[in-house]
Amino acid sequence: MKQIARIISIHAADTSGVCSMLYELGGMVVVHDASGCNSTYSTHDEPRWYRQDSMIYISALTEADAILGNDEKLIADVTAAAKDLSPNFIALCGAPVPLLAGTDFPTIAAEIEARTGIPAFGLHTSGMHSYLAGASEALEAVVERFCTEQLPRTDAPSVNIIGATPLDFSVNGTVESMTEWLKKSGFELVSCMAMGCTLDDIRRASAAHVNLVVSSCGIATAELLRERFGMPWVAGVPVGEKFPAVLATALKTAAETGGCALPCAARDASGPGKRLAIPGESIFSGSLARAIELDLGIPCRVLCPLEAEDRLLAPGDLRIFDEDAAAAAFAEASGVIADPMYAPVCPSDVPFHRLPHEAFSGRCYRKESLNLIDRPLPWRF
Amino acid sequence: MLKRINGEDDMTGAEIPIRDADFPLPFVSGLEYNAPARGPWNIVHTGMLVPESHQVFACAQGCLRGVILTAAEMLEMGRMSWISVDKNDFFDGSLERNIVDGTAEIIRKLPKKPRALLLFISCVHLFAGCDFDAILDELRAMFPDIDFIDCYMNPTMRKSGLTPDQLMRRQLYAPFQPCPADPKTVNLIGNDRPTDGSSELVQLIRNAGWELRDITLCKDYEDYMHMAKSSLEITYLPTAKASGDALEKRLGRKHLYLPLSYDFDEIGRNLNIMADALGTAAPDWSDAKQNAVRVLEQAKEVVGDTPVEIDYTATPRPVGLAALLAEHGFRVTRVYTDAMIEEERPAFERLRTLAPDLLLTATVHAKMRFAGKGVHEHGDVLAIGQKAAYFSGTKHFVNIVSGGGMYGFDGVARLAKRMVEAATHEQDTELVIQHKGLGCRSCL
Repeated sequence: MKQIARIISIHAADTSGVCSMLYELGGMVVVHDASGCNSTYSTHDEPRWYRQDSMIYISALTEADAILGNDEKLIADVTAAAKDLSPNFIALCGAPVPLLAGTDFPTIAAEIEARTGIPAFGLHTSGMHSYLAGASEALEAVVERFCTEQLPRTDAPSVNIIGATPLDFSVNGTVESMTEWLKKSGFELVSCMAMGCTLDDIRRASAAHVNLVVSSCGIATAELLRERFGMPWVAGVPVGEKFPAVLATALKTAAETGGCALPCAARDASGPGKRLAIPGESIFSGSLARAIELDLGIPCRVLCPLEAEDRLLAPGDLRIFDEDAAAAAFAEASGVIADPMYAPVCPSDVPFHRLPHEAFSGRCYRKESLNLIDRPLPWRF
Repeated sequence: MLKRINGEDDMTGAEIPIRDADFPLPFVSGLEYNAPARGPWNIVHTGMLVPESHQVFACAQGCLRGVILTAAEMLEMGRMSWISVDKNDFFDGSLERNIVDGTAEIIRKLPKKPRALLLFISCVHLFAGCDFDAILDELRAMFPDIDFIDCYMNPTMRKSGLTPDQLMRRQLYAPFQPCPADPKTVNLIGNDRPTDGSSELVQLIRNAGWELRDITLCKDYEDYMHMAKSSLEITYLPTAKASGDALEKRLGRKHLYLPLSYDFDEIGRNLNIMADALGTAAPDWSDAKQNAVRVLEQAKEVVGDTPVEIDYTATPRPVGLAALLAEHGFRVTRVYTDAMIEEERPAFERLRTLAPDLLLTATVHAKMRFAGKGVHEHGDVLAIGQKAAYFSGTKHFVNIVSGGGMYGFDGVARLAKRMVEAATHEQDTELVIQHKGLGCRSCL
């Protein structure tokens, strides 16, 4: 049966994806919810919460306000807080109860913008989708609103990183390593959406030659920038020793030709024989699979438990929708590289290699999270 | 920190001198911030107190995430399962069926059948008119050897009746059914940690020859079910009172609510009521009271004029505690609380006279996002409670939640000793307060 799990975790939800993506941009994010969303997000999904301020709030929705459709309270509360705190923008999103109540966030956002003069937008979260959906819509909305002018391209080849959040990359230096690798590969970084990044960086994003999409939550934004400014994008994360060079070449080619590329999915997992199973976000897992095949010669298969377009998966990759599907795929594998919270459903005779993914296990294994960027992989099979 | 955003350091609306504050709501409600102090227990922690039980949450993904990782962090994933709710479930008539089938499938997959299963539904189920009774009836028929406990994660209804925390503490004892009472047995109900054995409450019970039963002391399901046979129910936390009332009504047992207090007269009255219920003569509490005063005075010598800040997570009566400390010479400068319970009214009035400049400070107000980590330069502060520690930025704090198991005159003395300990020792505040569920195991 789908939708159940006896023992494994569940991925961070769309509301957390919104908050995580917008965290550093100086905006105010309001989740229309009673209480749990903010607590869950700030405890388990946001490693920056203690040390880095950000205006992430809940509306403290009550039963009476939900039933009576008292949107005015939300509008008034957001307006009051915005006047106190002067955010760069206001993003509104909802949890399950507003979904049932049919809360019209875009209209509420328009009203708030009219009252405050601060750019505001409503998002379509429900707490029933993964972080990727929320992060994707949030970033696309910001870029749609603030990256509107075609700036002259930089003299040197340049890149925007799109889709970086701690949910996929933790705060262990991985994102910094990606920017170093880009520099080493001859690229200038224009913006990193959205870690170590400001809203002004995003405003300047059109000056880049090409976009590097490092999580599937960045695809929609990359497509928007392609449509708006003709910027090509390349999907992949520079993990391991050989794959970073492949990715750098793809970036250069894309910049020259204007064509998009998906090196993370340039694999074939449909052949016979056992493969190393890698469950996770499609672009990162695909990149890791490609890196392992290149560096270590071990055939891999990505198991995708999250939303992903077909083009992000290779032939033979599997979508896994529940615990049973994961267990069955693990049983057929030569080994598994996965978040430790998958371990209970991995057969004891299948080697299990731990790779914490914050979007799955939160802060449980943050201490053992790995930075795999542009370096030898830590496993030997 | 607020200066970084808008150039002002204006906490208007987020703090107010007690002399000017309204009771019980000193602040206007609005957007809410969540401070990173994780010690207070949530419904998962509390539910895990039922020995040999398993929890199944049926909720949306976003709601599941927090409860699952609560269990994971406390190393109890083996006792936690989930059923995610999709919006289609509300429209295709499968809401109840998915919960029944999902729960049954989970039970069949468990390596060992639980004695009790805590089945949680959420706000959206209640909004959608989910027939929880039908779900439970069917599951009980399928698994007659398991006690199914209906539980609720419904924060949207927190102002419509019992809060989720109160509901959880009430449902913790739901399997108890009417049965003959064991003589001279008493339950302490609704606590998430044992009450200090040195407290006058526990001493009274033991010295009167009564057996004390408490879910925090139960080693197995038999121990737990024995509590159903106790002849007297005691609660002392406001969040537990509904539990005692429910047991009194369902089991026909006497329930005494003897609230945790920092007022010596009220403490004495409560203990006398307890002695009366136990059928024993109430001792003279003078020595106990004098000892509490003596230890408070010793603590004052150590703490000196260091400002003391208290928050509502440390005790349900932060205002009462502030009044006690102010009466004994401590320089209490701030109480963090978003609202006060009615029980606090006498202390509130007393404190307005004793320390009119004391600040009441919100914890959830939007501006508090920028008030953390001592950015207001509170200076050296002794905090009681994790939120007070966070907001003041101090490393000197008494790390307790919900009263910390301290009760009575003895509780006051022990708290004073904890203040001395806090004043003389530093803690890693960031590390300590981010652990979820104070007293629970943690993988962090």
